[in-house]
Amino acid sequence: MATAAFETPKLKSYPVIPLVQVGSMSHLKPFVASAPIQKALGFPETLVEDWQAKAIAKMGELLGKYRSLQVYMDACVHCGACSDKCHYFLGTGDPKNMPVARQDLMRKVYRRYFTFAGKYFPKLVGAVDLTREVLDEWYSYFNQCSECRRCSVFCPYGIDTAEVTMAAREIMDSIGMGQKYSNEIIGKVHRIGNNLGIPGPALENTLEGLEEDTKDETGLDIKFPLDVKGAEVLLITPSADFFSEPHVESLIGYAKVFHAAGISWTLSSHASEAGNFGMFIGNYEQMRNISMRVREAALELGVKRIVVGECGHAWRVAYSFWNTLIGPFDYLDPRYPVPQHICEVTDDLIQRGALQFDKEANDSRIITFHDSCNVARASRMGSMPGGQFVIPRRIITSVANHFHDMAPQTIHESTFCCGGGGGLLTDDLMELRVKGALPRMEALKHVVDDHGVNFMATICAICKAQFTKVLPYYGFNMGMVGGVHQLVSKAIRLGDK
Amino acid sequence: MSLLTILYSALFYLATGVFVIGLGLKIRSYARTPAPLKIPTTPAPTTMAGVRWRMAREVVFFESLFKSSKWTWIFGWTFHMALLLVVLRHLRYFQEPVWLPVVLVQPFGTYAGFAMVACLGGLWARRWLVDRVRYISTPSDHLMLALLLAIGLTGLGMRFVAHTDIVAVKIFILGLMRLDWQSLPADPVLLVHLALVALLMIIFPISKLLHAPGLFFSPTRNQADNAREVRHVSAWAAALDKRP
Repeated sequence: MATAAFETPKLKSYPVIPLVQVGSMSHLKPFVASAPIQKALGFPETLVEDWQAKAIAKMGELLGKYRSLQVYMDACVHCGACSDKCHYFLGTGDPKNMPVARQDLMRKVYRRYFTFAGKYFPKLVGAVDLTREVLDEWYSYFNQCSECRRCSVFCPYGIDTAEVTMAAREIMDSIGMGQKYSNEIIGKVHRIGNNLGIPGPALENTLEGLEEDTKDETGLDIKFPLDVKGAEVLLITPSADFFSEPHVESLIGYAKVFHAAGISWTLSSHASEAGNFGMFIGNYEQMRNISMRVREAALELGVKRIVVGECGHAWRVAYSFWNTLIGPFDYLDPRYPVPQHICEVTDDLIQRGALQFDKEANDSRIITFHDSCNVARASRMGSMPGGQFVIPRRIITSVANHFHDMAPQTIHESTFCCGGGGGLLTDDLMELRVKGALPRMEALKHVVDDHGVNFMATICAICKAQFTKVLPYYGFNMGMVGGVHQLVSKAIRLGDK
Repeated sequence: MSLLTILYSALFYLATGVFVIGLGLKIRSYARTPAPLKIPTTPAPTTMAGVRWRMAREVVFFESLFKSSKWTWIFGWTFHMALLLVVLRHLRYFQEPVWLPVVLVQPFGTYAGFAMVACLGGLWARRWLVDRVRYISTPSDHLMLALLLAIGLTGLGMRFVAHTDIVAVKIFILGLMRLDWQSLPADPVLLVHLALVALLMIIFPISKLLHAPGLFFSPTRNQADNAREVRHVSAWAAALDKRP
């Protein structure tokens, strides 16, 4: 599809906070969801007649249901601590991409309808009516937030713009102004079971193909089981792992780990998706319904453990929300955390000496690690806070000899979003995706120049897809990005070696 | 009793009422609004003891702000600490006899007054000099700084330039507290100072000053990272589980 021409930002040798360029991204908005897409999710098909009253009523409902939204609407003092923290602001200079200004798009409406000051002194506190212009701005700028939570790390009150973005998208869905990309995908999950819309037989076929390929590579019968009752582990992984490059390389890695450790496992055709776009649109019930497929599959197959593949926001939903949404998990083996990240499984096996590696197999690679935003700032791995930073790096350094971290202010909880998360991984937002990747690309450029890094490992399906597309804009090879288990796959010793 | 005394007595009862009841209602609404999902910004403490320590660091040291912006932290943190000392210093007007800690804090409170005014100047300068902060500033943001600055300057004015009859002021305030009303000295600087303080109390529950209680209720800061270990379900979310 055609997107308007835009200029890729220049990579600077050190980070520069851009000057405010009012309106520089106001032209950009994703396609609006069509009537059938909306209908499938139970949302109004087009913008409803009395949308203004309905939107305000919905906002009132959400203020009563989410303490985060209520507190965050009140607490901001406009201190500006977040103003230079969003990758979309850093890449575009559009002031409405500063977290505080993005929140203010909703806050000024909140003040007008829900606060004394805004009702009686609107000009004084910057309160405005919810007009069509304001709604259009909402649609534009609340679809320019990837819900990565970098702002919430730096806010003195922990205000999380993701919570505000989710509420805004929920309100817009409720009045018939949904975003095509996210809502279409959610429809596919309900209908078919995964984001890509791969039906069971096609999935079976793909997995058989992978078994053959892996046999050719290793000479061993490494299984990719589907719907196997009584398996110990149910693996829930993003559907991109089945079809996309470089994602599939990590799926092969998981299979090799399970094979080498002698753990029986299975995928599910009913729950063939780890991703959960219900979170992106802030809709609790959609998120719950999508998650419920996992519970149903786990019970149906009688598994003992649930393990989640490499996917950022999926891990957030699984780690932070599943217990709430689809718990309790009293039917699973209590000796393991539920759910478990595939990196936790692999790391544990490595620490116990259950896996052996030929690290030299990865010697052609000089590796760095991109912390995926939702793993870094909205979840954990292992038993220690910050385990989500330690464990993937420990795996990488166990399977490869050359590793260099990017600059400290761009990793761990300060990591930059890839630029494509939060329901923005769509071609109609390509300009935003390219510009939003700027801070990560600058940090990458440094380790490329200083250490000769030629591989950026990550554990998120969206990061992988986004970087594959965006790296070439900045003069990098798209093959530079890949999964942590892609590296595991390359170095792991299999069979009786 | 003069009209002035009646007016200011009424004003302070009103301001105290609005402040206490308004803030109480806000805090009640924060406390009653459920947080349906676990959303601590990670890495986060895994225990409630850890959460209390994280919150203490935020409240006492402004830890997150320190990470974000050193200039804002220097001005903001120093302003708040200075304000605390100044408020403690003022407690002597509400007590007879005066507590020892309040006696000890007196000289520090004086210097804190200067620090407070200087830091407010710094915070206001940011609103003009940093283009991003200029963009997000509303009239109320400027007026809030003007209000605090005016309170600080009138206070310093009475301490260092034109002394007011603080013994009479103390008798007036103790009278308010004991419902035994005494007359207020008609010093214009004092009247401005007190009127602005009353205004600050009145706007507290309807303004961004709600950041004070808000911090304690912020789910990204006050939740423990234990989602896998402890099932967290709010009332409205639990109702979904009961639906067929």
